[in-house]
Amino acid sequence: MADAPLPPPGTTTDAFLFGLRTAATSVFAFVIIFTYIGFGAMCHDYGLSVGWAMLSTVLQWAGPAQVILVTGLGPGTALIETAVAVSLSSVRFLPIVVALIPLVRRENARPWHLMLPVHFMAVSVWVEAMRHAPNMPREQRIPFCNGVGLALLSLGTIFTAVGYYMQAVLPALFGAAAMFITPISFLTSTARNARLLLEKAALALGLTIGPMLAYSQVQFDLLWTGVIGGTLAYGLHRVHRSRSAKA
Amino acid sequence: MSAELQSYLILIVVGFLPSEIWRWLGIVLGRGLDEQSEIILWVRGVATALVAAVVARIILIPPGALAGVPLSVRIAALAIGFLAFLFIRRSAFAGVLAGEAALIAGALAFGS
Repeated sequence: MADAPLPPPGTTTDAFLFGLRTAATSVFAFVIIFTYIGFGAMCHDYGLSVGWAMLSTVLQWAGPAQVILVTGLGPGTALIETAVAVSLSSVRFLPIVVALIPLVRRENARPWHLMLPVHFMAVSVWVEAMRHAPNMPREQRIPFCNGVGLALLSLGTIFTAVGYYMQAVLPALFGAAAMFITPISFLTSTARNARLLLEKAALALGLTIGPMLAYSQVQFDLLWTGVIGGTLAYGLHRVHRSRSAKA
Repeated sequence: MSAELQSYLILIVVGFLPSEIWRWLGIVLGRGLDEQSEIILWVRGVATALVAAVVARIILIPPGALAGVPLSVRIAALAIGFLAFLFIRRSAFAGVLAGEAALIAGALAFGS
């Protein structure tokens, strides 16, 4: 009996499987597990159901926004205020998706073909996509991103439930440690990906301007930091490029 | 409407839609751009600065349980994690582990 036909190397299935493997060996597998154990336990604390907690991970797939939603559900906070806070905390998705689309788009694709891969998009998946996708043939990039995204989203959803039921046995500091893993992993993974002066400068400027605007209680501080820091970094990149061209 | 049903409705209207809208808007704005264009470089700068701003904001104005750890411990743990990343083969994993260890040690030593 003949063996079942294996997909030839370089198919979209291979790219998807490579995405799954990339996710499994990424620092973000650890980060997502830790983050969502913390989130699940927090949902238990706030008296939400396990189904609600898991659906929050599947639908929102945005750690900070999920924490803001849960803490804003209590009495005393207007739902509209919570909705605005959730939305502002997720502004980062706009530039990361805009930066990703030209990298993965195919000429004949319809916009709704992008809705699922874009739903998976988070800083974690973006970092892996920007790292690996440029070296892959264009038709493999979306399946690759889907593999990374599906693997991490599934891990996040499963460990939301694990954390929910582990709530009683977790040490007191676990919640704080789980929340700290988002900033430290965002910082080190974007620094690792920063090869151009543009990205290094943007990282440094964001870390400097962000606190200034947040402490001055400027509205939309995250958005402004992104635009100001990104524009200054782009300006530096232009100056640096024209100097190296002359030299 | 039952409380359970209401909580799911809130999840969709207050949690999902206000966050997801940015991803959808990203498809609309990103579709016409060329991979090699100048504007894409600018967008990458904006995205990176914005991620850095999220880092700073969670450290300085943390939501939930992290607020119980003193500010100085949160900042020191971030710095220690970043230094570990720089000196241990630029490994993000090394940075995360060192930062977490510093945060837990600091919280135990200086109260949480």
